[in-house]
Amino acid sequence: MATIDINQVSKIYTGGVTAVRSVDINIADGEFIVLVGPSGCGKSTLLRMVAGLEVISQGAVRIGDRVVNDVDPADRDIAMVFQNYALYPHMTVYENLAYGLKNRGTPKAEIAERVAEAARMLQLEPYLERRPRALSGGQRQRVAMGRAIVRKPAAFLFDEPLSNLDAKLRVSMRGEIKRLQRRLGTTSIYVTHDQLEAMTLADRLVVLNGGQIEQIGAPLEVYHTPASTFVASFIGSPAMNLVKGDLHGDRLAIGPAMFELGGYAPASGPLTVGLRAEDLRIAREGEVSFALRVDYVEELGSQRLVHGTLGDQPLTAALPPETALGDAINLAIPPDRLHFFANETGKRIGNGLPAPTTPAAERLGAGRLVAHR
Amino acid sequence: MHKTRFFDHLILICGVLFLMTPVVVAFMTSTHTAAEIHSKGLMLSPGGHFAETYTTVLTRQGGFTGQVTGARMVMNSFILGVGFAAGKIILSMLAAYAIVYFRFRMANLAFWIIFTTLLLPLEVRIMPSYQVMTQLGLINTYTGLIVPLLASATGTFYFRQFFKSVPDELLEAARIDGAGPFKFFIDVLVPLSRTMMAAIFIIMFVYGWNQYLWPMLMTTDESFFTLMRGIKSILQVWIGSQIPDYNEAFALAVLAMLPPVLIVVIFQRWFIKGLTESDK
Repeated sequence: MATIDINQVSKIYTGGVTAVRSVDINIADGEFIVLVGPSGCGKSTLLRMVAGLEVISQGAVRIGDRVVNDVDPADRDIAMVFQNYALYPHMTVYENLAYGLKNRGTPKAEIAERVAEAARMLQLEPYLERRPRALSGGQRQRVAMGRAIVRKPAAFLFDEPLSNLDAKLRVSMRGEIKRLQRRLGTTSIYVTHDQLEAMTLADRLVVLNGGQIEQIGAPLEVYHTPASTFVASFIGSPAMNLVKGDLHGDRLAIGPAMFELGGYAPASGPLTVGLRAEDLRIAREGEVSFALRVDYVEELGSQRLVHGTLGDQPLTAALPPETALGDAINLAIPPDRLHFFANETGKRIGNGLPAPTTPAAERLGAGRLVAHR
Repeated sequence: MHKTRFFDHLILICGVLFLMTPVVVAFMTSTHTAAEIHSKGLMLSPGGHFAETYTTVLTRQGGFTGQVTGARMVMNSFILGVGFAAGKIILSMLAAYAIVYFRFRMANLAFWIIFTTLLLPLEVRIMPSYQVMTQLGLINTYTGLIVPLLASATGTFYFRQFFKSVPDELLEAARIDGAGPFKFFIDVLVPLSRTMMAAIFIIMFVYGWNQYLWPMLMTTDESFFTLMRGIKSILQVWIGSQIPDYNEAFALAVLAMLPPVLIVVIFQRWFIKGLTESDK
């Protein structure tokens, strides 16, 4: 158990390609941090630098109060779970779990005890004498996790551990990882490109893009106040609608649609407006609304995703499944759910409108998150 | 699945006949007496001298010095074959390990240089090799017989390809598990290469067993004679009106064939197992 400090860490490959640029993350003891971003954003490289599998070009990584830049991976007191499990194919499950302990000269009795404990925790007891070949994907993944657990390391590092599993198994393994991490209280860094995995697992999310941190924050914080258009479009499914708008005083124009912001004016002139598909709803009588021309509809069962155009800009709305649809529908959005981003930098402008006081429960967003999933 | 038909069997039977007939003829002929073979030619029916011919071949002390027996020659061939195969596997595995897992300058260039030089057959470099061995005083030793032929481009190449196919994560997992370069090699790579080793053992044992030219140069002492030389020397005795011991030559040939066949049969199981077991 330990804190991990990633301090101004960069990775520059020979040839001058910068994969990770001056990253700062302070991870508290027992915290579950998820690094999320599209492929090639440097998240795996960052994790591998913490693991010691890649050389740190600049900056320092501290595990506990020890700088580990030049420490061998074996001596960093970390355990890693790989995407393709990386189990030793010629060893039984027991030997796989015991190998790391054996190399460290742990007494035999203690190895047996720790392996038994991990096997019990992961329900691997019936399979201890089998080889990885004879296991299913989920079981292999559990063995890979068991190999990390038995070592009782200061930190777990997960490198897209669920990517090779089918969708259903992924959901249940996600739950298991979360539960296990809670139970053991081990500091964890988890790399994924799946925003859903990131949202559900993380205590704090680190959104990376092009080797740089876009935003660090709790999942809901990132969801509700994305720091940039990149984060806005990456976190949440379907992706947040980003449309061109024009702000004059407190009046916002998006194509033909006009919104009153009631005195709120974070900027003026053209900017990018973000609207979450799930914040859009069918307009009630007399409400400020705008017309969406419907292109096509995706049925998800729990909701229907209506893809259409507002003026000449594409827009997606997540509506309840019973919604009646025509060629065009009238939509409304509470003004406090609008997000504003600068056109040039993509950075967030202002913190959005203060929410009206009444529907506080709804504002929490928890229910909504579940629904949109 | 394709249903086996009469015609398929016919082709298979023809193949078997084509391959097996010479062996059967050799064996049958070896059970006749030399005089009979000399007058009647090759035989297809069993003769009555199986036991005595084979006992003679294995135990009679022959050669110029009258000390070398067939059994001794079998043993020599065996030492050569096994030493050859085992040595080649160890050497080429270590070489491939260095080439694949250690990044040193011009590793690839080094590999290709080794590879191309070793592509030259033994016959091309036989004079310098012989001279080196003479100067080292290794004539008439097992070391001299085996060591110069150990460096194997084929083996190195196979192991190199195999190691390259081992996923990198395995190495990384082992590093995190605290296994150094030596432990990784012994605990992970060697067990993983078992099927590869079996395959190379088959090839190299047969290659070593069948060596003729090199042992002939390297050994003047008859106690180092291999089977292949023995067969030849039997046919060389044309003294006066004596008929060459055809039966003994055939018996030795049959004996010479057995060990490679056994090796192939034994290791083939491993070999096929390795090929059919998916998911390394």
